[in-house]
Amino acid sequence: MRLMIKRFAFLLVLLSTPCAVLAASFDYHLVAKKVADNTYVFVGKTEDFSFENGGNIVNTGFIVTSDGVVVIDTGPSLRYGQQMKAVIKTITDKPINRVYITHQHPDHFLGNQAFEGVPIIALDSTIKSINSDGAGFTDNLYLMVGDWMRGTDVLVPNTVTNAGKVSIGGHQLEILSMSGHTHGDMAIYDHTTHVLFSGDLIFHKRTLTTPHANIAKWLTTLKTLNSLPFKVLVPGHGPIADNKQPIGEMEDYLTWLDKTFTKAANDGFSMTDVMEIELPQRFYSNALLKSEFSRSVTHLYSSYESRVFKRIN
Amino acid sequence: MNRLLILLLVVLSTSSFATGLVKDPLGSVQWDDMYRAFLNGHPAVFDNKVKLIAPSFAEDPMNVPVTVDARGLSDIKQIVIFADFNPIPLIARFYPTNAEPLLSFRFKIQQASPVRAAVLTGDGQWHVAGSWVNSAGGGCTAASTGRLVGNWMDYLGEVYGKRWTANNSNRIRFLIKHPMDTGLASGIPEFYIEHLNFTNESGDILAHLELFEPINENPVLSLNFNSSDRESAIYMTGSDNNGNEFEAVFSQ
Repeated sequence: MRLMIKRFAFLLVLLSTPCAVLAASFDYHLVAKKVADNTYVFVGKTEDFSFENGGNIVNTGFIVTSDGVVVIDTGPSLRYGQQMKAVIKTITDKPINRVYITHQHPDHFLGNQAFEGVPIIALDSTIKSINSDGAGFTDNLYLMVGDWMRGTDVLVPNTVTNAGKVSIGGHQLEILSMSGHTHGDMAIYDHTTHVLFSGDLIFHKRTLTTPHANIAKWLTTLKTLNSLPFKVLVPGHGPIADNKQPIGEMEDYLTWLDKTFTKAANDGFSMTDVMEIELPQRFYSNALLKSEFSRSVTHLYSSYESRVFKRIN
Repeated sequence: MNRLLILLLVVLSTSSFATGLVKDPLGSVQWDDMYRAFLNGHPAVFDNKVKLIAPSFAEDPMNVPVTVDARGLSDIKQIVIFADFNPIPLIARFYPTNAEPLLSFRFKIQQASPVRAAVLTGDGQWHVAGSWVNSAGGGCTAASTGRLVGNWMDYLGEVYGKRWTANNSNRIRFLIKHPMDTGLASGIPEFYIEHLNFTNESGDILAHLELFEPINENPVLSLNFNSSDRESAIYMTGSDNNGNEFEAVFSQ
């Protein structure tokens, strides 16, 4: 089945020759943006997955330490991972020391194959989820971005980490083990440069996604992130920030989602009713608001219904 | 990518109309077959007095939410709901005898497909509405969660719900625990709720629903009854294709 989907996606790509010609080189044109000493980010688009963007909708990054390069997330495809690695080589001749994978979603770890041979490190819950759902995630991406994915397969992180401080080549990194966006979300705080890599615990100017989310846990996690004295915030999606405003915006939207779903369930709304609710203007500046809200209804609303429904037989 | 597929289907379908049927605004190659299977015997028109509300993408192919609203029409005999490209296209038949022609439910989709509601009125005319739902696929051939966990029997037939009667409304929403197996997952025979009947205290039939395999596991349904029945309890009885019977009361 999986192979079939891949072939099918490939066939569609072939059929869509005008697009295929445009993107024939499958070059993500990755640019390493320097955000602090020794610290670089590849900033993705604030879009949904498409053939046009090849799945480059995510922020990945790396820290050049005296003991080698620490890579944070590997992007949506083998090609992305390879191209990341090529850009890193133009900046330093130090080898890759290790890779951290922030969480289980495919746009963050499907470049892993390009980094085979070094420790690819993740939280235990992330490794379990990739083991069970990774293949399905990959199929989905093949469907959405087509031949950009060629050669991409799941390479499960090979090293488990817990929360804690790690000293690497002059950088004091703190691995934070949290949850809310998924069951296991890693954030990395560099005490040396005061850069926070939040993974998808923070979306900035791009509506957050909820396929494995728990709003209450996410809000608790945001409080913790807010207490960190970071100077640079690298969100999982969206532009880099030098202040805490993105955290406030996340709290605002998540709190609104929770209240809206609670009220809708109490008022007897069906899922399609909720999908048609008018969305507050203050969220309009976040990309993909309408479609992500609709997806969140599918992910989360049934749990709100079950709080309202009582046993009647 | 799915858009491309749709475009392709639209292009292909334009050549396939040889019958005297009205042209399908959704451009589905299956429309002629769907008409013959479910609507034959009466003429059909595509009518915007019928609303079919569904997301354009099935985020969860096992649970695609749909609302059918035919309150723009009167003298309704039945409403048929189907998805052209599903391996089992027929989703539900709804007979809102003494109820509003408004139904919300969720269903399993196997691949991108039009989802349609056809409303038969007393003058013998089908009024059809529909919308394309894209999907990454697989909703019908996956085993239900209850089967995977193995505990579905502990909960079979339990009904959880609520009724709203404020402001002249008379609405119920409920969930019935049932695996709703399609028979398309390997080694698991079809097992689904076939009938749900709704009556008031006087025994008047308010509505009847025939459900089919594509309805989601643990079906969640919303119905609206007439305000004249607001003071009455609503009784629901139902049965599945294995002879299990269900009962629930939505008290006033």
